[in-house]
Amino acid sequence: MKKFIVILMLAALGFYLGQTFYELGFGNARFEHGVKDSYLEKTVSDLHVANTVTSIVVNFRGFDTLGEVTVLFLAVTALGGILYKKRHQTGARSVLFSSSSIVRSGSKLLFPAIILLGVYVFVHGHLSPGGGFQGGTIVATGFLLMLLAYKDFSVSHNVLSFVESFAGIFFVLFGLAGFIGGGTFLENFMPVGTMNDLFSGGIIPIVYILVGFKVAAELTGLIYTVLHEKD
Amino acid sequence: MDDKLFEIMQFGIYTASILLILIGLYAALTKKSLIKIIIGLSIVDAGIHLMLVAIGYVKMGTAPIFSPGFEDAAAKMVDPVPQALVLTAIVIGFAVTAVALSLVIRLYRHHHTLEIDEIKNLKW
Repeated sequence: MKKFIVILMLAALGFYLGQTFYELGFGNARFEHGVKDSYLEKTVSDLHVANTVTSIVVNFRGFDTLGEVTVLFLAVTALGGILYKKRHQTGARSVLFSSSSIVRSGSKLLFPAIILLGVYVFVHGHLSPGGGFQGGTIVATGFLLMLLAYKDFSVSHNVLSFVESFAGIFFVLFGLAGFIGGGTFLENFMPVGTMNDLFSGGIIPIVYILVGFKVAAELTGLIYTVLHEKD
Repeated sequence: MDDKLFEIMQFGIYTASILLILIGLYAALTKKSLIKIIIGLSIVDAGIHLMLVAIGYVKMGTAPIFSPGFEDAAAKMVDPVPQALVLTAIVIGFAVTAVALSLVIRLYRHHHTLEIDEIKNLKW
């Protein structure tokens, strides 16, 4: 009975969603002189950045990204608080996987390559698809692989929190530095260079590298906390 | 891309995103296990992301990246704004899922069950 009511409700919702999107159409250029055109134009002319998504996330909506990084930080802090244990209750890892010697040597071989790929993705965030969040996640998967393969692999919480707060503080400091030239918070105050160069785009690559370090440290800490959860 | 494929895509992507949203809501409303409810909410998340990116698509558009030699291709590019918003939304969705799963771990530690029917003080 309950499932029947739910299916009826969802059918009605699906019908209205389908009707709305059928009328909306697919693939039409909706806004003649909307915010899209101005972003695409200014990305080339003012910022000399190839990837428009990066220029929107870090420059035009940089304040939004600062809020996003704060939400991620709050989530990791809340997770640590919810799973909080007194010191004498924590001990050995609770989630254990038996790994064969093939997995152990293979992950030792793959670990530097994964870290390198992650660093490449967040350093080249303004030139190709990718950026700080994606690259940081790739770096964290490298640490996840090592934590799953080795029982005694551990990461220092002090180093993680240092990297995290360092990156966060420098993000805000780069934002405040925008005031120096009489600009606004997170304004691009550095020379933008030539397009499609590695050193171009002003503060955009620097901020994305900081975001990459911050996300990598936060996700590694999150994985570490959950793996050491004990019943 | 020929027109036939575009016709299929036109209905396929919106239908897929609406179906993902409905499947996720169905799981969140009818399933009893807390893990399955969180999986349902994540599926809703994925459907909404797909829908937002699909709204920004322009017919025969390319990715909003100015590769060398294509610096004047702005007229043919898809809308980058929904893509940037989805980038934000993915991270927020991940954070929400992580906190929800940690709450589930805490509930399991307290009640030794994941079924919401057996957790008495959640009933109303």
